Amino acid sequence: MSELSVNHLLGIKYLNKQDIQLIFETADHFKEVINRPIKKVPSLRDITIANLFFENSTRTKLSFELAEKRLSADVINFSSAQSSVKKGETLIDTVSNILSMKVDMVVMRHPNPGAGVFLSKHVNASIINAGDGAHEHPTQALLDSYSIRERLGDVKGKKVVIVGDILHSRVALSNIFALQLQGAQVMVSGPKTLIPKYIDKLGVKVETNLRKALNWCDVANMLRVQNERMDISYFPSTREYTQQFGVNKDLLDSLDKEITIMHPGPINRGVEITSDVADSKQSIILDQVQNGVAVRMAVIYLLASKIKQ
Amino acid sequence: MSQKVLLNAKEVNIILHRLACQLIENHNDFSNTVLIGLQPRGVFLADRLAKILTEDYKVKNIKLGHLDITFYRDDFRRGEKTLRANTTKINFIVEDKNIVFVDDVLYTGRSIRAALTAIQSFGRPNEIELLTLIDRRFSRHLPIQPNYRGRQVDVINNEKVKVNWKEHDNEDSVYLIEK
Repeated sequence: MSELSVNHLLGIKYLNKQDIQLIFETADHFKEVINRPIKKVPSLRDITIANLFFENSTRTKLSFELAEKRLSADVINFSSAQSSVKKGETLIDTVSNILSMKVDMVVMRHPNPGAGVFLSKHVNASIINAGDGAHEHPTQALLDSYSIRERLGDVKGKKVVIVGDILHSRVALSNIFALQLQGAQVMVSGPKTLIPKYIDKLGVKVETNLRKALNWCDVANMLRVQNERMDISYFPSTREYTQQFGVNKDLLDSLDKEITIMHPGPINRGVEITSDVADSKQSIILDQVQNGVAVRMAVIYLLASKIKQ
Repeated sequence: MSQKVLLNAKEVNIILHRLACQLIENHNDFSNTVLIGLQPRGVFLADRLAKILTEDYKVKNIKLGHLDITFYRDDFRRGEKTLRANTTKINFIVEDKNIVFVDDVLYTGRSIRAALTAIQSFGRPNEIELLTLIDRRFSRHLPIQPNYRGRQVDVINNEKVKVNWKEHDNEDSVYLIEK
């Protein structure tokens, strides 16, 4: 197995186990590259990549841009705030215009679920989904699994609990698919109002008592409360959320075993996790950020190698 | 598919010792020299040379690295297959060092061209030399020649030179294989 089974990375749903294995092995090599004195390789010097962000993003955009530059690709950036989208241009028109400038690959974040899939059917370029609404965020799930593999040796057989706003989270869905594909067990925990009704159909355990969930797991992935996506109140107050679903050092120390703490960022310190937890040895939050660049380099490299000249 | 033995285990052993002696002649105690085996197949030769230098010629503190050139190759997207990388293992800075690239077969010279670019990521070496076990004559695409060669061979284009190593392929030998 030396190449990906897909031409686009639209979601973890479309990948198989060997794809993930290949991405991780390639990411291992790129992780070594980005720790060299000169952190750049010339592989993609004849590839142009457009980063289209129709929704705000800081770290994902930076991480993608850095990954692209470390591979020597030419990069153009676009964010909808300053664009013709505001003037009423359609998604296909916007992207076709950009592609007519000879762009080979598109990294897109869009507020609408399925935007990447839609685009992949209508334009001639490799598409990487950098988050589509509350649907999928495949590179985040890949870097999360990669970080678990790095810390614990393997993802297979591990127990992972995803805590927080599952309902609005694309990170949660992609993580569930990725972890299950690699043979991990997944549980979700959070206020009942923020857990989708039929999530158990995905083979996921549900536990609304955080202490029980943490005692079960090897890894806890703490999601951010996405206030910007909530049109109504899903819980009475942030204070109450923190009391029931926030992780602090006392709770962590009182568990039967030492678990690993993850967070996709940005952290609301003092809400879903306290500062001493975020900065503790059990936390791999900053490893996730570094691995994000290596994993994205691997994804871009592997997809780019399928673009024929 | 027919194959012919170019070198047997005994001949390989004699050549390796000769190459080791030539290295000592030019690099004395190896205090400022590093051996870099090129992935994937050059690393076996580099490891073996380091072993001979250490055990048979009592050279101490040989610095040895493995360099993967996959991401520096000039044929990315030009072949059918995705290029798979190998591990790079260089845990020292090569700034001002004398480097000896070690590879099993020198053919077009393109791998060496890639290695010359790749090594720059680890600093600015003082000088770079090239050692190859087999030098295929009349097949170069680039102006690259070895400083140390085990055996020079004339091979036509539909033939392939395969170097086997005891550690990996159960015997030390060099075959000429007709495709």
